[in-house]
Amino acid sequence: MKKVTAIAFIIFSLFLFFSAYEMRSFGNPPSEMDDRIIGKYNSTANKWEYGAVNETGANNAVTSVVFDYRGYDTLGEATVLFTAIAGVMMLFRREKK
Amino acid sequence: MNENGDRMSIIVQTIASILFPLALIFSFYVIMHGHLTPGGGFQGGAIGASAVALLIVAFGAKYVEGKMEEENLSIFESLGGLVFVIVSILGFFLAATFLTNFLVGEPLFGIIPAWGEAPLNSGGVLPILNLAVGMKVIGGLASVVLILAIASKEGEK
Repeated sequence: MKKVTAIAFIIFSLFLFFSAYEMRSFGNPPSEMDDRIIGKYNSTANKWEYGAVNETGANNAVTSVVFDYRGYDTLGEATVLFTAIAGVMMLFRREKK
Repeated sequence: MNENGDRMSIIVQTIASILFPLALIFSFYVIMHGHLTPGGGFQGGAIGASAVALLIVAFGAKYVEGKMEEENLSIFESLGGLVFVIVSILGFFLAATFLTNFLVGEPLFGIIPAWGEAPLNSGGVLPILNLAVGMKVIGGLASVVLILAIASKEGEK
């Protein structure tokens, strides 16, 4: 069992290592493969022609989805958090003496 | 836990007080770079709340409650939610609909980054919303951990 765990751990670490090695460098925009979502960059005119970066100005397309295109979902998530915290407060908070 | 109440040993306290500001800085970094790098409001807020949880583990809930009162954390959280809703409603009044990114294309915040560039003041209202959600998550999770720690201490007696 321990050998299986060790082998699985090594394979998983190698997987993580190689994906980290293949990652784009810090802060760079994504590769040209993501054209349909991120948009197409016109290098002669120095601007984005369409897509998420052009519409929201955010380099990180995930954030542009979470906070812009699907902003209602984030508001709902924040409301869920608020409700949960209100419940915990109601149950556990004691009046100060 | 040991002889001095619910505190841990001096080694743990020292390490925790060294790590706490670093964790807060890392949390703020993750929140403010949410529109540039992986991460964002929720993730950075969870990091900040875990920094507060580290303080609670090392110094005990009573001490942390004395230093940062739980009411302040609640006010912080509510402020985050308020900023989120106000920015969303501003999108309704200044542009088309609720949650419109009305700052895109403006000179100060809405710079659309060129290829290979990632300025911090891009993204329009996204950094503001990230900051609001981050404040909300830090305040909320930290106050929940604090209240539960205090309540469990009271339950033991």
